[in-house]
Amino acid sequence: MSNFLTQTIYGVSDGAILALAALGFVLIYKSTGVINFAQGEFLLIGAYTVYAAFVVFQLPLVLAVVVGILFAIVMGVLIERLILRPLVGESAISVIMVTIGLAAVLKAVAQLFFGTRAVTQPAVLPRTTIELAGATFPLNRILVIVIAAVVLTLFTLFFQRSRHGIAMRAVADDQQAALTLGISVRRIFAMAWALAAVSALIGGVLLGDITEVSSRLTTFGLLVFPVVILGGLDSVPGTIVGGLVIGLSGQYVSSYWDPGLAQIAPYLLLVAILLVRPYGLFGETRIERV
Amino acid sequence: MSATATGVYHRSYRRESALRHTKAEYFRLALMIVGLLVTPYVLDNYWLSIVNTILIAVIGAVGLNILVGFTGQISLGQGGFLAIGAFSSALLYQRADLPAPLSIACAVVITAVAGALFGLPALRIKGLYLAIATLASQEIIVFVARRWTFLRDGSAPLTVDRLSLGSFEIERQYFEWQWYWILLTFAVLAVLAARNLFRSSLGRSFMAVRDQDIAASAIGVNITRAKVTAFAVSSGFVGLAGALSAHYTETVTWEAFTLDVSILYLAMIIVGGLGTIAGSVYGAAFMVLVPVFIQETVGAVGDSVPVLLSRVPAIEQVVFGLVIIFFLLFEPRGLAQIWQRMKDYIRFWPFRY
Repeated sequence: MSNFLTQTIYGVSDGAILALAALGFVLIYKSTGVINFAQGEFLLIGAYTVYAAFVVFQLPLVLAVVVGILFAIVMGVLIERLILRPLVGESAISVIMVTIGLAAVLKAVAQLFFGTRAVTQPAVLPRTTIELAGATFPLNRILVIVIAAVVLTLFTLFFQRSRHGIAMRAVADDQQAALTLGISVRRIFAMAWALAAVSALIGGVLLGDITEVSSRLTTFGLLVFPVVILGGLDSVPGTIVGGLVIGLSGQYVSSYWDPGLAQIAPYLLLVAILLVRPYGLFGETRIERV
Repeated sequence: MSATATGVYHRSYRRESALRHTKAEYFRLALMIVGLLVTPYVLDNYWLSIVNTILIAVIGAVGLNILVGFTGQISLGQGGFLAIGAFSSALLYQRADLPAPLSIACAVVITAVAGALFGLPALRIKGLYLAIATLASQEIIVFVARRWTFLRDGSAPLTVDRLSLGSFEIERQYFEWQWYWILLTFAVLAVLAARNLFRSSLGRSFMAVRDQDIAASAIGVNITRAKVTAFAVSSGFVGLAGALSAHYTETVTWEAFTLDVSILYLAMIIVGGLGTIAGSVYGAAFMVLVPVFIQETVGAVGDSVPVLLSRVPAIEQVVFGLVIIFFLLFEPRGLAQIWQRMKDYIRFWPFRY
């Protein structure tokens, strides 16, 4: 029982990070219609920029995170402006492939600067454990869940309350109508990429802190696909539920059944969902049927 | 002064559906044949092995282009299908003692059937969803290949005996040379088969599904049939490439069939040109040669800039990604289109068009 509770905490914290990564993915898909295969690499770049600012340049942690966020914003805007905008209206294959090419470049650039081995970064979140209800919980995992929850709440508030957030939802709903109301769709596109990079950065930093900062972060990034398919490609609450389901199922399968199977359990789940409910649990049922 | 023909005009349907129309095309064909015949006598073993890799890649790229370029069904499962072809041919040859041609043929059929099965989701979903579904099938196939001990020799990867048939045997000394002729035969047959497929009604129905599936069904194309056959035919080619690579490399391990391989093949057909057979050939050659070229360059300047040597894989990946991005942004129709433009420029010279 106590083991079960511990596994649950591990699963929920994995899921919370996945939800952050998936949130960026959904943001981009919802407002620009692009499937971003580089989301995992965004996690990686985010973790490495904060590492560079924090460890290499010896900045204080808060400043390092601010630098990381600024870098993520600039990167997101530049990627949108230089790579994605010329491809607006092109076929799905071109758009998917351009993000795959982008993923290769980002991952390799990180490798050029930091090598392939994991870099050492002092643990930021405390690595102690706490006892609760007869089970031991790692404190850093619990803090990850708290931080992710706060960030996700902030993002939700942003979409519900702020002018820009509402404008983003308007563009996602109907681009032409948004244009006639004077919303700059271009700016919204750039913002979507910037915010996606920021949410991936937070996810990447958290994941790097509880595991390690290495190129293996991108494998975690691939799990974004099962998450968004489960939650629905265009649903923000769906990413949270999807992230939690994938995170928990991964942990349970790996601890109670077979660690190797846990790597593809999310994909098996994905195929099952595509067969039964291709638009996901919360997605709009506007899927194009053939 | 006699008039010169300013375009290609056809006077009969037979002429129009011919593969080649002009004398220049026959001339280029003759030049290409001579080039291919001379190649093994000019190149040393190292370069011949690269040419052999290209020939296998050509078969795989043609297969993927049938699916992605001609039928418009995006697939990230190429690596998985290569794995099915390679493992089935290797197992049939090694454990069931089938003669090589039979094991390769069986591998083609098995991969085609597997492709049709994995293509079934394409009947209900398309575009982005299909890409993700094929990504899942890729991960699942590689997982099976990694975990199933039957697909290994104990703890070592599956090895395949040197190819032999009756009294013919590949000799160590002439290894690359003999394989060149075998692979060239298969590659030429594959290219011809694919080229002719798109002169038949089946191939035309693939293209109709790609261009507008609803319109295609309105004019009587059976979409279900077209899609499932496209997956089967494409996987058949890919299975052939996988089987040949198993016999050529003589080891089969799951590491050769990861998602990166799927992406590499997609890059080949995008760089070469989606929806052109010639493009698959150019793209396969290009994407195989780029890392070789990088290695040669780094090797040449490596003495003066030693830091480059340790970064070769990363440099290759950066170039790989940039090549994909640049082609999509600046020449989405690929090398085939560049070649076409060059030919047009010469043909219309001194006029612009």
